[in-house]
Amino acid sequence: MLSRVAETLYWMSRYVERTENVARLINVNNMLIMDLPKGVSSGWAPLIDIIGVREEYQKNHKDFSEQSALRYLLAGDNNHSSILNSISSARENARTIRDVLPKCIWEGINSLYYYVKDNKNEGLTKRGRFNYLKHIIESAQMIFGALDGTINHDDGYVFIRFGSIIERADMTSRILDVRSATLITSEEAKPYDNIQWMSLLRSLSAYQMYRQQMSVRIQRKDVIEFIMHSEVFPRSILFCLYELKDLIEPLVNSPQVIELIDEASDDLKHSDVRVLRNGELHDYIDQLQIKLAGIHNALAESYFLK
Amino acid sequence: MGIDWKAYQTNGFFDELIDGQGGVRPHGRQLAQFFAGLSGDELKQARAVADLAIKEMGISFTVYDEGNTIDRAWPVDIIPRIIGKNEWQTVETGLKQRVEALNLFINDLYHEQKIIKDGVFPKDLLAKSVNFRPQCVGVNPPNNIWAHICGSDLVRDGDGTMYVLEDNLRVPSGVSYMLENRSVMKRVFPELFEQVPVLPVNDYPSQLFDMLSAMSPRPQDIPEVVVLTPGVFNSAYFEHCYLAQEMGCELVEGRDLVVEKDDCVYMKTITGLRRVDVIYRRIDDLFLDPEAFNPDSKLGVPGLMRAWAKGNVALVNAPGAGVADDKVVYAYVPEIIKYYLGEEAKIANVPTYKCLDKKERDYVIKNIDKLVVKPANESGGYGLLIGPKSTKKQQQETIAQIKADPRNWVAQPTLNLSTVPTLAESDPAGRHVDLRPFILSSGKDIQVTTGGLTRVAMVKGSLVVNSSQGGGSKDTWIVDEEAE
Repeated sequence: MLSRVAETLYWMSRYVERTENVARLINVNNMLIMDLPKGVSSGWAPLIDIIGVREEYQKNHKDFSEQSALRYLLAGDNNHSSILNSISSARENARTIRDVLPKCIWEGINSLYYYVKDNKNEGLTKRGRFNYLKHIIESAQMIFGALDGTINHDDGYVFIRFGSIIERADMTSRILDVRSATLITSEEAKPYDNIQWMSLLRSLSAYQMYRQQMSVRIQRKDVIEFIMHSEVFPRSILFCLYELKDLIEPLVNSPQVIELIDEASDDLKHSDVRVLRNGELHDYIDQLQIKLAGIHNALAESYFLK
Repeated sequence: MGIDWKAYQTNGFFDELIDGQGGVRPHGRQLAQFFAGLSGDELKQARAVADLAIKEMGISFTVYDEGNTIDRAWPVDIIPRIIGKNEWQTVETGLKQRVEALNLFINDLYHEQKIIKDGVFPKDLLAKSVNFRPQCVGVNPPNNIWAHICGSDLVRDGDGTMYVLEDNLRVPSGVSYMLENRSVMKRVFPELFEQVPVLPVNDYPSQLFDMLSAMSPRPQDIPEVVVLTPGVFNSAYFEHCYLAQEMGCELVEGRDLVVEKDDCVYMKTITGLRRVDVIYRRIDDLFLDPEAFNPDSKLGVPGLMRAWAKGNVALVNAPGAGVADDKVVYAYVPEIIKYYLGEEAKIANVPTYKCLDKKERDYVIKNIDKLVVKPANESGGYGLLIGPKSTKKQQQETIAQIKADPRNWVAQPTLNLSTVPTLAESDPAGRHVDLRPFILSSGKDIQVTTGGLTRVAMVKGSLVVNSSQGGGSKDTWIVDEEAE
């Protein structure tokens, strides 16, 4: 496998994963806002924070109104994590390695790109939004499903999966960070807290699985525990770290990457995240994100084209 | 209401489906019937299906516009072009003969130059050739093949005769579009394939791979074959990807390759360096190796020519093969065929008058208002004179130039290119076409694609078939007349 191709597969897959995650994030927030009275809702600003583009956003926008925030999240030009820019980056990467991708994958990414681009006004209307985002999420899942079922599970597959999982872990940490910060100022339950924690779980497609595994009513410490520590839920951070290790282990030259993954997962496993207060939680997640970035750097150092 | 062929105008041109009397040519009967039976809505729908398929399959080409590169959907017209199998077999034999002779010619030029010593090909012409590479003199590529892949452009004249217009021996492109056009048509008119006995085209990638493998310098079961592309911004990038994918080999850029101290070529992989045996290069000669040619080239691989000359890697097509696709060499192809094979050319050149020859020169000067006159070594239409569209003054100037340097001039009659029904608007109208088949030579055998890429000028009366200038394409059907 060419180093350049490994790198491109990795990014292609990260961007498809990001497309899906951002679409789900918007969809869930959209639902949440309908449930909450005006004073309680934190509106659309948290989404801008989750994808980490507040500074860019504020250069051109004076408020976080639904229309401007949505326009920015769906197709903002200077937002490299907008849905349109994410799928477009996925497509550009896929385009340079079309030769190694099964045709259905390229066609899937390509047609999703056109769908996102040609129907973006649907996403701005209240009526069309749900279906628009649902279609995006489903298409992204179909791309990964098709990948799983049609491409050789060889070295290239490792980089595809690795990109997707590391993006997933990163997104989970961001959602938890931002949502918990705006949500909980104290340990005491306030009205509507429940709905908001549910919504956090839903942005990670985690609500049902939380119910099944934790089988307790929704409360802060259990949600954090589940999102960070679950060893069975595929979007929990610990689960993702374990998966990264399983993926990279069979590759040659992987010890350096494995060492960093082990470090991160050991630390996470042995930290009692339930007791972290807001400021502490934020700091902890910050450290975790630095570790994820470190894993990416080690991967690039070992395998990508220099 | 479907297509009414009675209302179709051939406008005095040779139309490949409808003859001069408004009748359908025999091998096109089923096709014409099928289209006559489609309603206007069905036609519209078929075009929409084709457009969607092209978009979804991502069949595209790149155009350059004010510094930006734009990825455009490939234009395919939904009425296929039909050629009878019997005629095609004649063309195929002629192309094989032509390419065999051209390879012998190139090999001779880089070795003993017998054809020059025997006075058949003028020495001066070689000296003036911009595509002759002194770096290649004395090199022996496997099986003495230089032009492994040739794309020859064919046109039909007013009486239907097929001529070779030019040979592309450097990095001919278009074959992927030939294959994808067929995939699109299968999606659009699946039922039509049941009715018309059309011969398949999809064997090309395996034939290409077999030919490439046969060039490997290392005797081993699975040689490492790669496709070398200038990158995603190249206009033919789609094709580079497509062929690499169909052959299941790596698509590499110059930066993926390195020539080590042992003068062998390696690619950089996630597990370290891996030796490369055969490079199907889609980069022009002058950018291949900054050590041997253009020192500023970032597309190439330093040391590549050295590795090739030592026989450690095969380059397809071989550097220097372009020497045989100059305009002036073209004029000599009939003589070249005769010299090396002792045969008459089976498929005609467009008659070309070489002003070097006194008799031919006198003819050109006398008939200059009827001819297209071309300088041999200028490209891009510079210095070209189109007789019927020129003024007396321009003609006199050209005549003076011919007399001053006769060997630099050739002339051809103006051709009435054939037309094929095309859905340019809602009703079909005749549009001019050319055809580019691809010929593969391994030294052991020669294979020709079944048909080729038909390019069509979508604008009425236009002869410009180039896709970057509004040209389109058609699926080309070689039809077995006996299999009905």
